[in-house]
Amino acid sequence: MSTLSKTSPRGARRTAAPRAGRVRRLSRRDKWVLSLMVGLPTLIQLVLVWIPTLLSAALSFTRWNGLSLDDIKPAGLSNYQFIAENYPPFWPAVQHNVLWLVFLAVIATPLGLLLAILLDQNIRGTKIYQSIFFTPVMLSLALIGVIWQLFYNRDSGLLNFLLGTAGTPHAVDWFGDSGVNIWAALIAATWRHAGYVMILYLAGLKGVDPTLREAAQIDGANAVQTFFRVIFPAMRPVNVIIIVITVIESLRAFDIVYVINRGTNGLELISALVIQNLVGEGQVIGVGSALAVILLVISLVPITFYLSRAFGKDKEA
Amino acid sequence: MSITQPTDAPAAGSSPTGRSLGIGSGRPAHAQRGKPHYGIHLFLTVLAIMWLIPLVWTIFTALRPKADTDKYGYFSFGGSFNFDNFSQAWTQGGFAQYAWNSALITIPSVILVLFFASMMAFAVSRVNWKFNVTLLIMFTAGNLLPPQVLAAPLFEMFKLLPLPYSVSDSGSLLNTYISVIAVDTAFQIGFVTFVLSNYMKALSPELTEAALVDGAGVWRQYWSIIMPLCRPALAAMGTLEVIFIYNDFFWPLLFLQSGDRLPLTTAVNNLQGQFLSNYNLIAAGAMITAIPALVIYLLLQRHFVAGLTLGSSKG
Repeated sequence: MSTLSKTSPRGARRTAAPRAGRVRRLSRRDKWVLSLMVGLPTLIQLVLVWIPTLLSAALSFTRWNGLSLDDIKPAGLSNYQFIAENYPPFWPAVQHNVLWLVFLAVIATPLGLLLAILLDQNIRGTKIYQSIFFTPVMLSLALIGVIWQLFYNRDSGLLNFLLGTAGTPHAVDWFGDSGVNIWAALIAATWRHAGYVMILYLAGLKGVDPTLREAAQIDGANAVQTFFRVIFPAMRPVNVIIIVITVIESLRAFDIVYVINRGTNGLELISALVIQNLVGEGQVIGVGSALAVILLVISLVPITFYLSRAFGKDKEA
Repeated sequence: MSITQPTDAPAAGSSPTGRSLGIGSGRPAHAQRGKPHYGIHLFLTVLAIMWLIPLVWTIFTALRPKADTDKYGYFSFGGSFNFDNFSQAWTQGGFAQYAWNSALITIPSVILVLFFASMMAFAVSRVNWKFNVTLLIMFTAGNLLPPQVLAAPLFEMFKLLPLPYSVSDSGSLLNTYISVIAVDTAFQIGFVTFVLSNYMKALSPELTEAALVDGAGVWRQYWSIIMPLCRPALAAMGTLEVIFIYNDFFWPLLFLQSGDRLPLTTAVNNLQGQFLSNYNLIAAGAMITAIPALVIYLLLQRHFVAGLTLGSSKG
């Protein structure tokens, strides 16, 4: 087994220099077991996540049709130059990703927070409301695309019936019209995102020390002041998660536009452009990889932010 | 089960500060209790109805025969209501096969994720090694990457890895369930390792110290002592991962070329082409795809929410 030969030296090297008293009492067999316990998952993670990520970066500097390894030709920065200058869908895709982020950050996330605040008060039927708002979170974004397609459809969708335009020339094809489809898709994405944010903030609100609220009220703060000056800052760990989720979701947005029209005609997103360049006839692996690297570099911002909060213990105070 | 409500979960997972341990058990009795909230109720009810409309419309359309909607129009109540579209989608639309494919992909992936992640979490949380934090950071970061970033190299790696035709009819890892299971597993291990390692760190170190004195090996400490104690976290992560992997659209889309190997979530992409403009049948297909997720939600809501909040407890 190749896994054994790869992991054993590493495990042996580590246990040979024990750092804690506990490790010293490990038998030879225990060291083997432990190095397998660490080595196997690490190997999987390296081979299927991190090495492909590095290969993506390498391929972005090459020209390749994806057929034979011998066809890979170095291309320098030409893929990036092509994307920036001669690839029409790229800048619209960047704009749409930014719009996606702004919409989630300004509409969907605050809506989820508002729902959490309202439902955190002991109102009647709070469980029922929570269940309703949370239901879309269980569904995949691909399925959400299909469900909203049925709602938005020009001739048979509910929305145009409710607007009274169904069957008339004024009927809008909400997912088909490149002027409105990004907004229609964002509303469908909000349907899911708001419930997700709500459930995380509900847990966050329950974790806030109730004496904080009481103290603020004794000091004469009204409900709004109490929330923004006391409760909201006290939920800092949850706020970090929500920021990261909102940013990452807007970069990962893919399924919903792919189901609607594969991310074309007004619904271009960077993630969808990556795939458009990798599959189909004119495989342009280099260009697709360069787009993937652009996506990766942007993603590293929220990822680094999150990791520094999650693992930098000193910063937590 | 100790996870009775989401508040308890973060308390167990992120106890270094012990921030919420004391107050996790009881909800504050608000002063507003009993005071009517008509305005809030009105707002929430209107919003809840808006929230339900897309789902209700899908169910409504799915329950009506195509002939009746053609006759009376989609926005009407005329005609009959039955499950014919569901049975047609299930038998002729291939949804029975898609559902089976979903099970074939989801169940092994979740088991592998829990197995590998719990081993990794045990090793990094119970034994002090120099690279623990580095490894954890690597695992956690991997889970946050957009999957499209690694799509091309994974696709080419699988394409270029030859397999005997007796194992795979494509002669490579492409178009096999194994490819999807492997990548789903690799992608999800990071998140589960992160959550479980926080959970295990909160367990008392004396537990395994005592076992060590009794001569128990590492594997017994893991399997017989730590794993049973992690049951609430494992239940929460298991539920969450079933939903995550069941809902995964992208990896099957990338790796599986044969339409009859797709799982439900990816197969919905083909509904439009498959059923043309028979929206009743499309709606039935969509509902069939929603049912497993909704059933899990109804049965295991507690674990699912606990899983989500466990994952977000540290930051």
